[in-house]
Amino acid sequence: MADPQERNGENERKTSGADDADLSARLKSLDARISQASVHRAESEPRARQTSNSTALGQAFRLSAEFVAGVAAGGILGWLVDRFLGISPWGLIVCLILGFCAGMLNLMRASGVVKPSRYDEKR
Amino acid sequence: MASPIEQFQIKPIIPVINFTNSSLFMIGAAAVIVGGLLLATRKRAVVPGRAQSVAEVLHDFVANTLVDATGREGMKFFPLVFSLFMFVLTANLLGMIPGFFTVTSHIIVTFALAMLVIGTVVVYGFVKHGTHFLGLFVPSGVPGWLLPFIVVIELISFLSRPISLSLRLFANMLAGHIALKVFAGFVVSLLAAGGALTILAPLPLLMAVALMALEFLVAALQAYVFTVLTCIYLNDALHPGH
Repeated sequence: MADPQERNGENERKTSGADDADLSARLKSLDARISQASVHRAESEPRARQTSNSTALGQAFRLSAEFVAGVAAGGILGWLVDRFLGISPWGLIVCLILGFCAGMLNLMRASGVVKPSRYDEKR
Repeated sequence: MASPIEQFQIKPIIPVINFTNSSLFMIGAAAVIVGGLLLATRKRAVVPGRAQSVAEVLHDFVANTLVDATGREGMKFFPLVFSLFMFVLTANLLGMIPGFFTVTSHIIVTFALAMLVIGTVVVYGFVKHGTHFLGLFVPSGVPGWLLPFIVVIELISFLSRPISLSLRLFANMLAGHIALKVFAGFVVSLLAAGGALTILAPLPLLMAVALMALEFLVAALQAYVFTVLTCIYLNDALHPGH
């Protein structure tokens, strides 16, 4: 297994039977195809995000989770702001509203209404 | 009739070290993965046998998902992503065996997995890109007076990622197992009701069989979705904002 090139050379030198020549030809074409495939793979840029939405139930869970998570994150952030800055109701109120906005943004990104991320926008 | 949420109860097995049924099934999932993969790759044949080709298909599948989402350089995260995928998949599928505990139906488990992913993204993003990583929160082409709001909304949107990642897996597993238990419970109560109702008993049984098939699909699909989203978030760490 050490060096495929050397092995190919050996096979060619022998030429005792049609089998060896055939085998080395096949090995060469396989090598070429493998390198071609790996080059293709390396060149392919990261594609746009796509998540599987095959079942309606899965889609419903995905979208609801996105929205609820946005509101929850806003709520938690607001609660923490209140706790550490001592501005009791206002942090929660403002962050909860912004959390709704973030939830809607998540929802629109997940359903593909707006462009998913800045990285894709630039390309 | 047993309560449909009784199956999610955490029971201590060795109370002294807080070893519960949840811990048991987590260790079980890890043991199944390690044991299965070691057994499958034991021969290391050039032409793979059945078990070895399953292992190779799993490896290639995760590697392709990762490379598609993050490009070639994302492969340095392959061990993390593969471990996550295998753990979630195995835990989900182990939970499908009747009487077994479903580890991923507890939000603290899925949240810990999600925090592992987001923690990796944040730490790697800051180490690799420094403050440039914060460009993730500042979209281009926004009018100046709107920018503070947008940045806060983007920040909350980012903070919501671990929540949505964990919530989705948890909710799918919880809801599926409860639905299965409820329909199975109908069979028992209809049989017990007697009379004409007994004739109806096979109907929820058919439903339970159909739900079982759906649950296997969901178990595999949610592991895949978790992996894909992990890859997408890692892509943000590798290429923030540009």
